[in-house]
Amino acid sequence: MIRILLLLIVIATPIWAVEPDEILADPVMEARARVISKGLRCLVCRNENIDSSNAGIAKDLRVLVRERLVTGDTNDQVIAHIVDRYGEYVLLKPQFRLGNLVPWLIGPILLLLGFFLAVKFITRPRPEAVANLSKEEEKRLRDLLGE
Amino acid sequence: MTAELGHFATLLAFFVALLQVVVPLVGAGRNQAGWMAAAIPMAISQFILVGFAFVMLTIAFVTSDFSVRLVAANSHSLKPMLYKVSGVWGNHEGSMLLWILILSFYGALVAWFGQNLPDRLKARVLSVQAMIAVAFLAFMIFTSNPFERLEFPPIDGNDLNPLLQDPGLAFHPPFLYLGYVGLSMSFSFAIAALIEGRVDAAWARWVRPWTLLAWINLTIGIALGSWWAYYELGWGGWWFWDPVENASFMPWLIAGALLHSSIVVEKRDTLKSWTILLAILAFSFSLIGTFIVRSGVITSVHAFANDPERGVFILAILTVAIGGALSLYALRARALRTTSAFSVVSRESGLVLNNLLLVVATAVVFCGTIWPLVAEITTGRKLSIGAPFFDMVFTPFMVAIAMALPIGAILPWKRANLRRAMQPLWGVLALSVALGALVWAMQTGGRMLAPVGIALAVWLILGAFAELGSRAKLGKVNFSETWRRLRNLPRSDWGKSVAHAGLGLTIFGIASITAWEVEDIRVANFGDRFTVGEYEFVFNGVTQSNGKNYSVDRGHFTAFKDGIAVAELRPEKRFYPVQNMPTTEAAINQSLTRDLYIALGDKQDDGGYAVRTYIKPFANWLWIGAIVMALGGALSLTDRRYRVAATVRKNPDGIPAE
Repeated sequence: MIRILLLLIVIATPIWAVEPDEILADPVMEARARVISKGLRCLVCRNENIDSSNAGIAKDLRVLVRERLVTGDTNDQVIAHIVDRYGEYVLLKPQFRLGNLVPWLIGPILLLLGFFLAVKFITRPRPEAVANLSKEEEKRLRDLLGE
Repeated sequence: MTAELGHFATLLAFFVALLQVVVPLVGAGRNQAGWMAAAIPMAISQFILVGFAFVMLTIAFVTSDFSVRLVAANSHSLKPMLYKVSGVWGNHEGSMLLWILILSFYGALVAWFGQNLPDRLKARVLSVQAMIAVAFLAFMIFTSNPFERLEFPPIDGNDLNPLLQDPGLAFHPPFLYLGYVGLSMSFSFAIAALIEGRVDAAWARWVRPWTLLAWINLTIGIALGSWWAYYELGWGGWWFWDPVENASFMPWLIAGALLHSSIVVEKRDTLKSWTILLAILAFSFSLIGTFIVRSGVITSVHAFANDPERGVFILAILTVAIGGALSLYALRARALRTTSAFSVVSRESGLVLNNLLLVVATAVVFCGTIWPLVAEITTGRKLSIGAPFFDMVFTPFMVAIAMALPIGAILPWKRANLRRAMQPLWGVLALSVALGALVWAMQTGGRMLAPVGIALAVWLILGAFAELGSRAKLGKVNFSETWRRLRNLPRSDWGKSVAHAGLGLTIFGIASITAWEVEDIRVANFGDRFTVGEYEFVFNGVTQSNGKNYSVDRGHFTAFKDGIAVAELRPEKRFYPVQNMPTTEAAINQSLTRDLYIALGDKQDDGGYAVRTYIKPFANWLWIGAIVMALGGALSLTDRRYRVAATVRKNPDGIPAE
């Protein structure tokens, strides 16, 4: 509904999301930085990644990401470095590990379970609401149909 | 006086609702016609009382009566009239009053237009509806009274942030609530049917219009919110997977499932207890949504009611309503016997698949939304779940739904021959796969999003047309006969195809904007020319002027395509001296094929300005698709059978189900 707080953040801080002076000269590396930034949470914002956030700490993190990339880190190393410093809270996509299995696996598991139940329901023995015709009735039917 | 009158009216409404819970329910149990009939004047007077309270609060806002705490906190005497009125529901207390107003409005609609409902069912429906009203009236009266007075009224109000005064935002909550609360009708019908132990085609026919109405409004409400976010927030983002967005999205998904399963109940007399369960779930998610928004329990950009007392109250309502409903369901669902069977390849199976995918997708969104909270409470770990997670786990469900949809929609009931049923679709399938392949071949990057999205969109849109065509025997009979058949198709068939095509349009918009958006961030000096995508932009400089209560730096850009000027864009940087706030207002040039989006940033040391430019291809189709979906729903809602259906149950020899 009303993103008041997000707006307040936008309004209250004159800093902008990614600023021209942050951008790396190497377009490939810059593109990697953008991808990484979109998966990292701005720690003081509500559900916003550091790439689009205007908060000061988001800028610091963006710069940090780029510094690590320039020193030759892989994407995973950059992310690991930031998680080491700020905890897994900074990840917008939780790691796939034991403590986080529920949100990751609930979809496939429920889907399989539901699929199994649906097939069982569809192929269940028919509750024949309309009983089969008896032998005599079938004979009468054939007679009526003129066979 | 107005505030006191309003407060008094809500108290009266509370007592009327209490009576409305007890009297018709007891009457239905004892088969006393008078007691059952009493539900009608009660429902109407409850609506009139709540409506009166709402008018009183609106008067307080319109006349800027700052002795009312709510008005002082949220309004200002100089605010434009539209925002004085929308300010009524632009806050916690007022929005709860709107919630209850809509709830009692739906109850009154049943009382007014439900002449054809069996007395007992109607009495029970209105009684359940009143139970919800009692809970929420109590919530409002005890924790969120909008009519509270101030001992020392201020000279003028606090005002709302100027940026929040926006037409999109003014109409977003009423539509959303018409949707959320509309699902209470499906819920009440489901509970009444469980009490009665009877669900049949007639019941499904009574429930479906309410579900449709709720779904249409939810669709419009969500689209409005997304559109507002697009032009007002972020960098043209249109969906953030914010907990509160999810709160409105989950009831929408479940309502979509319910719409489809109730067709099966109506036409084929099966999936009854499942449909009842969906009706309960749909409103449960509305309540959960209300809880998420109102309690602020899940940290979110929307959390503006951080009050534990309120959270606990709604949690109690939630527990009683959902727990009670599910217990009743567990006790009575077995009584709902199914009379018909269907084969694995049939329309019914298609609709079961639709329901399975929608419900599991909802479960995934639900789990992702509350998991950070659950993890923090149970293990103390703080973690986040945001857009990258949802994009990854939710998208496959939508892809699967879109793939199956045209086939399921065209299959005949009961038992189908897949090869014969697919006949009208082979051409469409080939065309959409070919288009997807073409898109894949033309684009440089390796992302599958655009090809898959475009193929699915074409598949859905043309599939919807193909279904209409095959029903009208297009190509098999002469044109005038086809035309006649098309005109004679029931409105619900038209609605179905239109809504499905609308989904295709939305998928088209989403795929285009996500895959093909071009972004450019740079420092631009006066007179600079720069190229973004197929467009060339010229920065003509910045002018300074003064607005009502702000000063503004206005950037002047001209966009060229192939050397021809196509748009003038004027992004603004405003400064509000009173509140010492700088803001940026992006300029958007909209068209059906692309949006040009420019935002002006800070002045740099060398005299240039930071400039952000986006080309967003086919962005508007996202919302056009949503409007088309809602239109399809509206077409279906006007179907003849909902107007004549009501006689069916009373008269066993009446019109048989189609």
